[in-house]
Amino acid sequence: MNEFWVLLTGSLVGITCGLTGVFLILRKTAMIADAISHTVLFGIVVAFMVTQSLSGFWMLVGAAIAGLLTTFLVQLLQSGGLQEDAAIGVVFTSLFALGVLFITLFAGNVHLDVEHVLMGEIAFVPWDTWDILGFSMPKAVWMLLIVLVFNLLFLVFFYKEMKLTTFDPVFALSIGLPIVAMHYSYMTLVSLTTVAAFDSVGAVLVVAMLIGPAATAYLMSKSVIGMIVWSMAFGVMAAITGYYLAKLWNTSIAGMMAAMIGVLFMLVFLFKPHDGWIWKVFKRMKIKDTEPNIL
Amino acid sequence: MDALQVTNLSVAYEEKVVLQNVNLTTPVGHLTGIIGPNGAGKSTLIKAILNQLPNKTGAVHILERPLNPKDHLVGYVPQRNAVDWDFPANALDVVLMGRYGHIGMIRKPSAKDKQIAMECLKNVGMEAFADRSIGQLSGGQQQRVFLARALAQEAEVYFMDEPFVGVDAATERTIIAILKDLKAKGKSVFVVHHDLQTAADYFDWMILLNQTITASGPTEQTFTEDNLQEAYGGKLFFMDQTKLNKTFN
Ligand SMILES: Nc1ncnc2c1ncn2[C@@H]1O[C@H](COP(=O)(O)OP(=O)(O)OP(=O)(O)O)[C@@H](O)[C@H]1O
Ligand SMILES: [Mg+2]
Repeated sequence: MNEFWVLLTGSLVGITCGLTGVFLILRKTAMIADAISHTVLFGIVVAFMVTQSLSGFWMLVGAAIAGLLTTFLVQLLQSGGLQEDAAIGVVFTSLFALGVLFITLFAGNVHLDVEHVLMGEIAFVPWDTWDILGFSMPKAVWMLLIVLVFNLLFLVFFYKEMKLTTFDPVFALSIGLPIVAMHYSYMTLVSLTTVAAFDSVGAVLVVAMLIGPAATAYLMSKSVIGMIVWSMAFGVMAAITGYYLAKLWNTSIAGMMAAMIGVLFMLVFLFKPHDGWIWKVFKRMKIKDTEPNIL
Repeated sequence: MDALQVTNLSVAYEEKVVLQNVNLTTPVGHLTGIIGPNGAGKSTLIKAILNQLPNKTGAVHILERPLNPKDHLVGYVPQRNAVDWDFPANALDVVLMGRYGHIGMIRKPSAKDKQIAMECLKNVGMEAFADRSIGQLSGGQQQRVFLARALAQEAEVYFMDEPFVGVDAATERTIIAILKDLKAKGKSVFVVHHDLQTAADYFDWMILLNQTITASGPTEQTFTEDNLQEAYGGKLFFMDQTKLNKTFN
């Protein structure tokens, strides 16, 4: 049963991050995921300082606010003339440092250590449960399910708006779409996804799950919806294969899952039909073979 | 009725003034060329008209009303290089985006929207490419898709930023035929254009621009050597050839 919960948690991380990550790749803002995954720490610490509790709900609120703050500050620095990657770098290192500082100053004796935040501990997921509506499930599963529902609802309602504001924001603005509000809503979802996932699997795997499956799906897909489906599928595949390999080799589960994301990407990159790398080399060889020998 | 009225429009990026005190009036039903050297502020003028620039002063009226996207009066073709053509979408998807304004937030495109989008693709001679990924279209085909998307907007006033860049002669003829057809239907079309050789044939109204308006009005009155030399700051070497072409036409 414990194994089932760990697998379910991993798969839910794969599905939720895979879904959310698609637009990070399409908007070419993968770096912001990295930033948010670190600045949510700041949000969580501040939420803890204010409420003196470690409840999941306040963690989500703190993370959402931290994510919005990150997005806002990055935007602010950018409009002041800084490059996006520089703006992201400045904002997230300062907020992360502030988060670490606050922990050591005000929450030193609480279960909020930095290593846990970065690497998570998915193997402990089954023991920390919540009872909601008479169902007892691990807290991580509940949080991921709730955030997944938010993500799905957002895309069900705003799929075409997200598509257009991503592909052609200038045109989107010309027909009156609220592109700024869309951006902030989406970044809020990225923050919620991050915090729901990172308690169990850590910030590192969250970033890998947000970016890797979507980047792999990008190689495969001809439509946004196709990319979403593939991305979620790759996320689940990485989670499940990663879990069993970690068990087999007795290594870190989160680490193995992250490694499998890289493996899947490489496999698709090399073997994808028609324009995979191997395929291209093969075609080039065939062309050479049939080339008439002029000399 | 005026299609476009611009009063005292000025735009600055950071400290740099790009458009200075622009005043324009263009009646409906014209095919208008917006002409000027690189960096003259042509794209900026269009963006300012479409209310995309926060740091502008002055007023813009479209069909004698302040711009409101909810009126669906304006169609727009951005510069082709303004988007990433590797985006996972096919030609029909992109043309369908022209319907989003009419569809409204949250709701899905209807069968009718898809039919309109398909017809617009057909208008630009691209119906055979409806399912093709946009990344696998040639530059000219991408430009036609952008035009089809604007047609799908079913607007009254169109703004097009360099729709002829990187297209071959056949595509250019297709596009100009469509623009002239729009004009014949009483629509107003504004086109940023770089080729002075063809400008006089294509457009019956002109806006010559370089930071500020050099001239604006009917082509016969505005498209003169003096005005062009002024707009291009005396950098116009190929005037003679333009004149040459004209005498042969
Ligand atoms: N986002 C921006 N930030 C700062 N300066 C800008 C920005 N966009 C344009 N400019 C500057 O404003 C001026 C006008 O640019 P604009 O793109 O409107 O010219 P254009 O007439 O469309 O030129 P082209 O023929 O090359 O398309 C240029 O000097 C350009 O460098
Ligand atoms: Mg331009």
